[in-house]
Amino acid sequence: MQIRVNGKARQITPSTTISSLLQELRLSNAAVAVELNGEILPKEKFAQTLLSDLDRIEVVQFVGGG
Amino acid sequence: MDLFVNEKPISTEEGLSLFDLRAWLKKDADIVILNGFPCREDHPLRNGDRIILIRRGEVPPFDELEALMAARHTPGVHQRVKKARVGIAGAGGLGSSVAVALARIGVGKLVIADFDLVEPSNLNRQQYFTDQIGLAKVVALRDNLERINPYTEVVIHDLRLAQDNIPIVFGEIDVLVEAFDDADAKAMLIETFLRCFPEIPVVAASGVAGYDPANSIVTRRVLRNLYLVGDGQAEAKPGQGLMAPRVGIAAHHQANAVLRLILGERAE
Repeated sequence: MQIRVNGKARQITPSTTISSLLQELRLSNAAVAVELNGEILPKEKFAQTLLSDLDRIEVVQFVGGG
Repeated sequence: MDLFVNEKPISTEEGLSLFDLRAWLKKDADIVILNGFPCREDHPLRNGDRIILIRRGEVPPFDELEALMAARHTPGVHQRVKKARVGIAGAGGLGSSVAVALARIGVGKLVIADFDLVEPSNLNRQQYFTDQIGLAKVVALRDNLERINPYTEVVIHDLRLAQDNIPIVFGEIDVLVEAFDDADAKAMLIETFLRCFPEIPVVAASGVAGYDPANSIVTRRVLRNLYLVGDGQAEAKPGQGLMAPRVGIAAHHQANAVLRLILGERAE
């Protein structure tokens, strides 16, 4: 299966969830915002949301300071 | 011909020049602004021109002050900015500077939320004064904004923003500014707000600490309705503090993105 993460193509296995993708990308679950096919995805759905072929995911990570 | 002088409509004979108008209405005006631009030379006037006449040092009456403060805006901009309602989540280094910039350009309404008090270590970058130490930040900021521009309506919420109150506090705004310090809180705010209001743009910041080059701070569109300011990397941590120049640059990137969104332009 192929998805797009922040505009770049990426191959994934069929059982990949948002959580496992974030782990692969070495991102923490907490300080990120995720948009799946143009819609914000709440954190509590990361573990249960399976990715499908051609999904578009945008991931933004935040660092502290302001 | 019909003109606006200090934002009040006025009808004059045809063929009048800028300096004729000054001689007629305010001989001692030493600042003459035509359509947002200060003029030292005489100009012919056209129908619909906007002229501001200011006597330097003179304190204008309250009902004229707002128009004079907006004199350097491009005509047409002020009316749109005046209608805008902007939410600011956090009144620290980012939020207090964003608020000052938006009040200066005459944004109609600011809704500002923060739970913190002004303390000495804030003063290296935040828009407070030493005699405000110990005050609630939102109260101190409202006082400061009132002194800068009394025509900006400021609504304050002295509370910690969380999933349950974010949609209430920011239920009626046109743009939201994320100005938190904590990375997890930034993510929580953006997720909560954009789930409730997917069509309202958010301007956030990440990567503003230290003294890396100013030019590494950029504004990017990162989600459908999320714009992110910063270098994306420079985290506040031991050995890399937060300082007025770089945090201020990021805050003004945010304020400029807000202004562009208000005016219907692409933010980035």
